[in-house]
Amino acid sequence: MADAEKAPKKIDVRAAEAPWYRRWLPLIGIGAIVIFCLVPFYWMVVSALRRPSDQFDNSIIPKRWSLENFTDVFQPGTGFGRALLNSLIVAGTVTILTLIVGMVAAYTLARLDFKFKNLVLAIIITTSMFPGISLVIPLKKLFSDIEWINTYQAMIVPSLSFALPLAVWNLTAFFRQMPRELEQAAMVDGCTPAQAFRKVIIPLAAPGVFTTAIITFIAAWNEFLIAVSMVNRKDISTANVLIASFTGTSGRDQPFGSQMAAGVVVTIPLVIAVLIFQRRIVAGLTAGGVK
Amino acid sequence: MSESASAVEPTPGKKVRRTSFNEGTGRLAALLLSPTLIVLLLVIGYPIISALRESLYISGQRIDADGFVIEGSQFVGLDNFAAIFSGETGDRFWNAFYNTTFFTVTCVVLETVLGILMAMVMHKAFKGRAIVRASILVPWAIPTVVSALLWKWIFQADGIANEVLGTQILWSTEGWQSVLSVIIADTWKTAPFIGLLVLAGLQTIPDEVYEAAKVDGASPWKTFTRITLPLVKPALLVAVLFRILDTLRIFDLPYVLVGPNKASVETLSILAFLESNQNRYGPAAAYATLLFLYIVVVAYVFVKLLGADVIGEARVAKPKKSRGKVGA
Repeated sequence: MADAEKAPKKIDVRAAEAPWYRRWLPLIGIGAIVIFCLVPFYWMVVSALRRPSDQFDNSIIPKRWSLENFTDVFQPGTGFGRALLNSLIVAGTVTILTLIVGMVAAYTLARLDFKFKNLVLAIIITTSMFPGISLVIPLKKLFSDIEWINTYQAMIVPSLSFALPLAVWNLTAFFRQMPRELEQAAMVDGCTPAQAFRKVIIPLAAPGVFTTAIITFIAAWNEFLIAVSMVNRKDISTANVLIASFTGTSGRDQPFGSQMAAGVVVTIPLVIAVLIFQRRIVAGLTAGGVK
Repeated sequence: MSESASAVEPTPGKKVRRTSFNEGTGRLAALLLSPTLIVLLLVIGYPIISALRESLYISGQRIDADGFVIEGSQFVGLDNFAAIFSGETGDRFWNAFYNTTFFTVTCVVLETVLGILMAMVMHKAFKGRAIVRASILVPWAIPTVVSALLWKWIFQADGIANEVLGTQILWSTEGWQSVLSVIIADTWKTAPFIGLLVLAGLQTIPDEVYEAAKVDGASPWKTFTRITLPLVKPALLVAVLFRILDTLRIFDLPYVLVGPNKASVETLSILAFLESNQNRYGPAAAYATLLFLYIVVVAYVFVKLLGADVIGEARVAKPKKSRGKVGA
């Protein structure tokens, strides 16, 4: 009712055109989306910052802030620092390998016209749809035969199965956006196609390559099924596997405080990277169309 | 990359360059694509074939009819599959099959509806776009395992969900509540992502189309169903297809959020994983093969019935509008 009374006072052209809810609805919607996305994340951060003794206190803001959960997570016995390093090694290697192999393929798919191009594109996109479990089971058996269980390569090699199609798809989209005239100009100046690729295209495609690297790294960093299947030793586990298997110090209770703290540690670098490079990442994701 | 030497002499080099770009492209393409295809063959082709083969064998220690322990693999034909469809394992399989399908249908429908809504809001709003784009990427960036733990914490018996709702539900136990918790967690993580993809589709629709509809006196609902939906359909179909295939193989979320060996949330991936964990590779491979076939059938039907053009964007160079970048 209050709005109905206010309305006549404001003689605004836009207000006359649109009722108040037309103007406010998008903002309310925006607020709803932001709350929907951020509230659970906020809860994780806040829960991590409580003292373990008031872990089950559900106040919106902790009564006493504390970093105790974080120090608990990094205590020597947990092996969490080592697990972070393992995650970094696995995700980093997967990203680098994928970029090296995928860049050449993506450039080929973006620039060359050849007979079975659509078939190759179909194969690459299809491979990203395969269920992880049907790859993991035979590979696990193979790896236990060749004694690869509890090694990094046992996690890295299967991870290529989802990382490579993702990277090729993204990079192809980026390369296709670059005008062909770039290479043509380079070749007029006396470069071979390979040199044109190396000296002109790669430096210019750097933003696209970088975005793909972030997206691939996030996908590899978040991987769980392969990591939990191929490794059963704590010192070689990735952070995701270790957090999920954290055991409480007090009996059967799940140590939610340390798990939330570990979750924050694992997530914060990704969230920061995402916030810094959001525009690029959104462009990459929508160009790729693949998760 | 070995042609760099020819770059020095411009005249003969020109011919070589021409051919390698236009005529000899087939061979060059094959050469350049081979590393990717070989890797994919090794990490995807080999396991798929191997899983098929494995599903026809039984391995590990068993006791034969005379009470002797036998080791190694033994060919059993379709026994593993027959075992899946019969008796207690049959019930377990069909339960997992039902759960997988139920999760897929509910989650994808919910996420698509929410995603379209989010995209429309983001498209309409001119203020606060940057903050929405940033916040929408947060659920996407959180590892599924961490989000599963986060929701487990939220759905704790004395957790925030029960306090806000004023209920005393034991969420992570067997039953509808654990199913609901998985659906909520999955929707939270991926609806924003679908919103992002749909928004990209929305931004390629020129304003003139909407103006024309307005001039013709179309109602907002008509504009939505007759203009917006058909025009974002290609982008939406691909996003939905990927979500369907992704949810069909759902593993991390129910496994970590609720736990293994919980009948109400056990999916085909979890079932196969648990079997392989006990070194029962034959049955595990059989489950995995069935899941694989299921996914192939669903993908085929989806592409055939709805005409989702998965590689379309790559086949035809898509005109990129400068306006097209999300929230630019």
